Amino acid sequence: MMNDIGLLRMIKEKAGWIRTETLNIHKNAPETRLASSLSAVEIFAVLYYGGILSYNAKDIRWDKRDRFIISKGHGSISLYPVLADLGFFQKEEIQKVCKQGSFLGGIPDASIPGYETINGSLGHGVGVACGISLALQKRNKQESVFVLMGDGELYEGSVWEAFMFAGEHKLENLNVIVDSNKASMLGYCRDIIDFDPLGKKLNSFRWKVFNVDGHDIAKLFDTLTKMKKTRKGNPKILIADTVKGKGVPRLENDPLSHIKSLTPEEVDSIIERFFG
Amino acid sequence: MIVSSRGSLDKEKKAMRDVFIERIYERMLTDKNVFFLTADFGSPVLDKLRDDFKDRFINVGIAEQNLVNIAAGLATEGFCVYAYAIAPFLTMRAFEQIRNNLSLLSRAHKLNVNLIGVGAGLSYDLSGPSHHSVEDICIMRALPYIDVISPSDWVLAEKIFDYTAENKRPKYLRFDGKPLPAIYDCNSLIDFRKGFVELAEGDSVCLVSTGYMTHTALKVIEELKKEGLKAGLIDLYFLKPFSKLSLSQKLSKYKYLITIEEGFINKGGLDSLISTLIESEELDIKLKRIGFDDMYVFDVGSREYLHGKYGLDYGHIVNLVKDIKII
Repeated sequence: MMNDIGLLRMIKEKAGWIRTETLNIHKNAPETRLASSLSAVEIFAVLYYGGILSYNAKDIRWDKRDRFIISKGHGSISLYPVLADLGFFQKEEIQKVCKQGSFLGGIPDASIPGYETINGSLGHGVGVACGISLALQKRNKQESVFVLMGDGELYEGSVWEAFMFAGEHKLENLNVIVDSNKASMLGYCRDIIDFDPLGKKLNSFRWKVFNVDGHDIAKLFDTLTKMKKTRKGNPKILIADTVKGKGVPRLENDPLSHIKSLTPEEVDSIIERFFG
Repeated sequence: MIVSSRGSLDKEKKAMRDVFIERIYERMLTDKNVFFLTADFGSPVLDKLRDDFKDRFINVGIAEQNLVNIAAGLATEGFCVYAYAIAPFLTMRAFEQIRNNLSLLSRAHKLNVNLIGVGAGLSYDLSGPSHHSVEDICIMRALPYIDVISPSDWVLAEKIFDYTAENKRPKYLRFDGKPLPAIYDCNSLIDFRKGFVELAEGDSVCLVSTGYMTHTALKVIEELKKEGLKAGLIDLYFLKPFSKLSLSQKLSKYKYLITIEEGFINKGGLDSLISTLIESEELDIKLKRIGFDDMYVFDVGSREYLHGKYGLDYGHIVNLVKDIKII
């Protein structure tokens, strides 16, 4: 049994590796959304390597798995290396992302082992997750439902329909993580329609709100562990304060990073400088 | 199986939704796997279901998008779900939810979600064009992996229930909003694999109708009969799927077809289905289409009045058949 320090160190190493792998995928497939995928790296690392999620790579619809709904599909390219590493599919598949005949597209779909739902269009994940949470509650099952969504998705009205529903129906097995990287396609959210104060809004919708630095492995681990265990009649939401394009200085301060691609040479030099 | 005579007992007018919800209620008594969701839409029969199944009846509020999403989520976990709302709002407000979370998601999960859209065509005549459902056949037919079911009476609606409960795929049920008399005999056997019933055999002209318009088509047949003219009638209640082979065999003996639908024509509806069939099966048949051609109905008036004004009434169709006969 690994102690906490050993576990956290291992997750941190994995996060660095995921970031490198994500950059390499982008090098091979510049169509992939790099900046959005980089903000969620630590979240994926903690969920999968930190033992937060129950899963069975050899039985992807295992009854006892936690259901993990990726609502920001485009921004989950960084999950591909994790799923390959854990045996959901062959590691060689990673080289084929976006290549003809591959099942790994630029935006993942539900036919990929490890993905539960369709997610290319935004604002669908929380509602479908509410249905799953409700189903598990009705069957008295103890598994949890996790959702990863982007903050830009909060502009979709269907998300708020789901927020209202989850609060009313006390979906205490539901855990939403907002990858709050503060930018959508055309700029910073604060300049489009400011969500602030998001936590208060969600709280008024009867959600238990958690906040965390979404790149701090130790804090993410503690918060997600606590959040999963908390079942007090409220759905739970974690606002993870993240940086879009995390790890790539050119993207980190660019409001239009969503649509930016790096050249293969840039990818190589970033990997060498920061993750080599 | 082919029903031409109507049992007098079944002539009573009933709403498709009431009969169908009765069957859902009966099923829920013994099958704990059935959920009923509504987007704040009711029916007198629904009151009993609401009271007796508080744990599996949910009013999601006036939120069609969430209605479909919750239904999809429940279905991924194996529940059989009935999701009930007003037809145009269900199919158009939530179209992308239906496309992504039912149609596309069917690739990864078996989803038994039954969307019940009430208010087909001009059922809600006086409520105006926002409540008319003239697009739903066209747009729902466009989605792969979803059945599109358009019964013409409450007997058929009732008989389809078992199919909906047993077949684990998404379905759209297009129900009329008004109580209508029965066309079918309760004791008749319907072969759902075919998707249609030949209600009358004709010589050179055949009407093909769906939903409410089958009632109009029956009047047309009777009226023509009085004048010694014999037109055929096919009630196509499964717009998807249906047996192309059986239908094209039935139609191949005719020279003229008239499609009759209370919806858009030339946009993918029943008429388009038939014209595609004529083309793909290389049938030598001429086609006339009755429906709304690139227009909405803004007039205030009863369904009968509106049909008369826009050429969907039986008198107009009788004349159309007679004109063809003269040719």
